[in-house]
Amino acid sequence: MSIELDFASVLTQWPLLLKGVGWTLGLTAVSAVLGVLLGVACAWLRTQGPPWSRAAVGAYVELIRNTPFIVQLFFIFFGLPAVGLRLGPEWSSVIAMVINLGAYSAEIVRAGIQATPVGQVEAALSLALTRMQTFIWVVLPPALQRVWPALVSQIIIVMLGSAVCGQISTQELSFAANLIQSRNFRAFEAFIVATIIYLMLSIATRSALNWFGQRFLFGGRRG
Amino acid sequence: MPNAPDTPAILIEGLRKSFGANEVLKGIDLRVKAGEVIAIIGKSGSGKSTLLRCINGLEMFQQGTLEVQGQRLSYSDPRAMRALRQQVGMIFQSFNLFPHLSVGRNIKLAPGLVKQLPDGQIDATARRLLERVGLAEKFDAYPDQLSGGQQQRVAIARALAMSPGILLCDEITSALDPELVGEVLAVVESLAREGMTLLMVTHEMNFARKVSDRVIFMHQGLVHEQGTPEELFARPQTPELKQFLSSLT
Amino acid sequence: MVEFSLWDIVRNLLLAARWTVVLSLIAFVGGGLVALALLVARSTPSTGLRRSVAAYVQLFQGTPLLMQLFLAYFGMALLGVETSAWTAAAVALTLYSSAFLTEIWHGCVRSIPRGQWEAAQSLALSFTEQLRHVVFPQAARIAVAPTVGFLVQVVKGTALASVIGFVELTKAGTMITNATFKPFVVYSCVAILYFLMCYPISLYARFLEGRLHAKRT
Repeated sequence: MSIELDFASVLTQWPLLLKGVGWTLGLTAVSAVLGVLLGVACAWLRTQGPPWSRAAVGAYVELIRNTPFIVQLFFIFFGLPAVGLRLGPEWSSVIAMVINLGAYSAEIVRAGIQATPVGQVEAALSLALTRMQTFIWVVLPPALQRVWPALVSQIIIVMLGSAVCGQISTQELSFAANLIQSRNFRAFEAFIVATIIYLMLSIATRSALNWFGQRFLFGGRRG
Repeated sequence: MPNAPDTPAILIEGLRKSFGANEVLKGIDLRVKAGEVIAIIGKSGSGKSTLLRCINGLEMFQQGTLEVQGQRLSYSDPRAMRALRQQVGMIFQSFNLFPHLSVGRNIKLAPGLVKQLPDGQIDATARRLLERVGLAEKFDAYPDQLSGGQQQRVAIARALAMSPGILLCDEITSALDPELVGEVLAVVESLAREGMTLLMVTHEMNFARKVSDRVIFMHQGLVHEQGTPEELFARPQTPELKQFLSSLT
Repeated sequence: MVEFSLWDIVRNLLLAARWTVVLSLIAFVGGGLVALALLVARSTPSTGLRRSVAAYVQLFQGTPLLMQLFLAYFGMALLGVETSAWTAAAVALTLYSSAFLTEIWHGCVRSIPRGQWEAAQSLALSFTEQLRHVVFPQAARIAVAPTVGFLVQVVKGTALASVIGFVELTKAGTMITNATFKPFVVYSCVAILYFLMCYPISLYARFLEGRLHAKRT
């Protein structure tokens, strides 16, 4: 028994793969920004908001963290149309990813916020800052710095999880690989190539996000 | 809005504060004139810091009244609390500089957000204040690059940037190495000479003698004795104060 | 058109959920055994072994589980092995779990102070004895909470096996949706069933975490 692997027929399809990479990165970028913003808002509600909002955020977080992403995606794409809300594959993917990342970010950011030394808040209040100003300018930047590695890891997890979005015809990388193998029947090679690309993407994205955090978020300075 | 000349800067009547079941302030009466420098001394646990923190609203009290510049304290009104904190600045024992901001930005943050003045004006004020505390060259440095004494002086500049009429100093030299204490006290002394109303909780007795108009000795949540530095240090009346003073030597 | 009651739907989902549970347990236990072997390898002085395990972990943590499932499915077919969705899913999830578990456990072992190793060495214990009697027992206590927490990830991971055709809870949801045309109801039930499986485990893991911190302080 000899195994013949034919990578050439996969690699000649590089435009499709490139398009897939573009979609994967695009989905991830949009979801990362909106998801983290959602997470910060939820973390704020959980620590500073009225009691009902704390319970609501808590329920949201637990629901998302205890159900698979693919089910959340299918619910949005297949389930919502039945009650009148029809979203295309790309919108469904982004919304599912944002909602997913938002829940995990909420917990991560909350941990960062709760580690704020109490003197920082007292100093800010003594300088007549409002609670909101204190949160945005004094509490949040160091909190994000504290949890940045965990947040980056979570973004990578969401990026890798986006592979299932191909199942609802979003034209990201796994969809491209599937399309290629359906044409040339080189399933193993197609998925190996896609997997290697995913690995490179996760390494590159991690470095990029770490650099980004350093450069833009932490007041230009690693404490 | 200028106050009538004899409106006290701070007026406290019958102030009581408990932490849970533990009553820490048992009925404080205090009247502070504008421009007065007051040192508050006493054993730990006597309620000194708590009293200070009540004045700028970091602690809530249960009974009594507190008026600052003629305005009564009202916790339920956030705008009133912010107005209060523009009047009353605080310097902390542990400095509490914002680690993610440079020295300059530490000083400029609150005036920018609260007073909403143009950046050029705030920047000039910040540099002037930093010069005043002797750290002009550190404008772009970060807190973790400074010594404790330098950080505390930056904290003073930061509080002054809000142009408060009253400054509360909560053991501001207790966390400093001895050789750094002098530079901070020098700044405070110059503020006193310029007519700032100061309330200082301090263990620096020599400094208190030199700079303050009045010294208050607190004991078990009450103002136990008060008077001019000469009266209090040279001729203590109550046994508790005598015991406290002798324990310092 | 045949009318399906809610109970019809739920009953079929529950039947399929059995397979979710079975697959989860196989992956978790199997993965745990592999992870243990990898952990021992990683704890040896051999740099080569340590780097290999680190690369193994990086591979599984840096690629989508979906790709791992596809590769298992098509890869095993390529090797001429009799592959069903079931075996491919079991193999992929077992290896996936082993990578994550060994990383979690490695973190726990690393958090044991160097002094413990040195004390054990000074008492003339062999390397295996050091691991078995001194380091692992302490690391194991720290590891219980995050390990239980990872079980939730495994259960959620089994949902992807539906893509390669394995009939577990998610696949059943898809099939029942196609039969009943009630996607909102069906996928809501699917989500609720996963939640009922995972949430108690999450709570238990949090409880264990709290107890660990209470003990240590």
